[in-house]
Amino acid sequence: MASQDEQDPRIAKISSAIRVIPNFPKPGIMFQDITTLLLDTKAFRDTIDLFVERYRGKDISVVAGVEARGFIFGPPIALAIGAKFVPMRKPNKLPGEVISEEYSLEYGTDKMEMHVGAVQAGERALIIDDLIATGGTLVAAIRLLERVGVHVVECACVIELPELKGRERLGDKPLFVLVSST
Amino acid sequence: MSAYRDKDPRIHGIQSRIRVVPNFPKSAGIMFQDITTLLLDPKAFKDTVDLFVERYRGKNISVVAGIEARGFIFGPAIALEIGAKFVPLRKPKKLPGKVISEEYELEYGRDCLEMHLGAVEPGDRALVVDDLIATGGTLCAAMKLLERVGADVVECACVIELPDLKGREQLNGKPLYVLVESH
Repeated sequence: MASQDEQDPRIAKISSAIRVIPNFPKPGIMFQDITTLLLDTKAFRDTIDLFVERYRGKDISVVAGVEARGFIFGPPIALAIGAKFVPMRKPNKLPGEVISEEYSLEYGTDKMEMHVGAVQAGERALIIDDLIATGGTLVAAIRLLERVGVHVVECACVIELPELKGRERLGDKPLFVLVSST
Repeated sequence: MSAYRDKDPRIHGIQSRIRVVPNFPKSAGIMFQDITTLLLDPKAFKDTVDLFVERYRGKNISVVAGIEARGFIFGPAIALEIGAKFVPLRKPKKLPGKVISEEYELEYGRDCLEMHLGAVEPGDRALVVDDLIATGGTLCAAMKLLERVGADVVECACVIELPDLKGREQLNGKPLYVLVESH
């Protein structure tokens, strides 16, 4: 399920508050800039509300947010649904003992880390990021959580770039997005 | 000014959830204040945000600026509750649009903080939020960015202060509000 079947009336304003910046970080890429959404207090509020309405009362105990823009959306959702917030970070940022998951980039690889002990086996988790492109980052986050026995209920992003087929890379994990950008 | 001194009953729970990790990021006695354990306690995390919201609600704050990356964890929740815009202050080359930059000193070398042009307008009343103030260098750079575009920085707000590093004195007279002090 991509988003609400009949588009929620709040979606249009959220979508129009996102700024597209051509040729960032390199030529040919149309970058989806959510910082303008954060300047629109109502649209930002609506963004969080749409996720909270979907996940409240579903026994989600963990919201994992991918550094850094996942840190902007994840914590307000976690606070509203009474879940813990777990930051998933680039290497060498988390100070305690971590587990790491490598993932592919267009050129080369990167690594994502999570603190040991942040989550327990059997917990139900959401993964939040601002955008899903190829899905590589989200897959790494899913793997980190599943390696410690957590059940990833859903991945949630503000924006999907469907042409990059990230949804398919998530396999059996559902994906919920507010805005699809072609 | 700190809530620690005011001894709000919620402070004890918040302080006890902060984990101190010795010798990070490098050895030689650095005791790293890890807030990730605070985020694992929904009540303590909510209390943290509530303490800031109670202080700033109804004070006509139009901007909450959060410093990458841990300022992103606390800032947006505060901004949403008080009806302010959230403006991320980022390391170089992360923001995609036109930016202004402010360089600042590190122990060895320099770093740079950036803000999108147009995010903040002259006359905006702003808070700067980060998880921790140490020497105050980063907060100072953040305040300069906001002031350069004509915003009025009302206060800096951090969860933790390391008072021995005297960051408070680096803020050019701007007030600082913290919840917890760590010596």
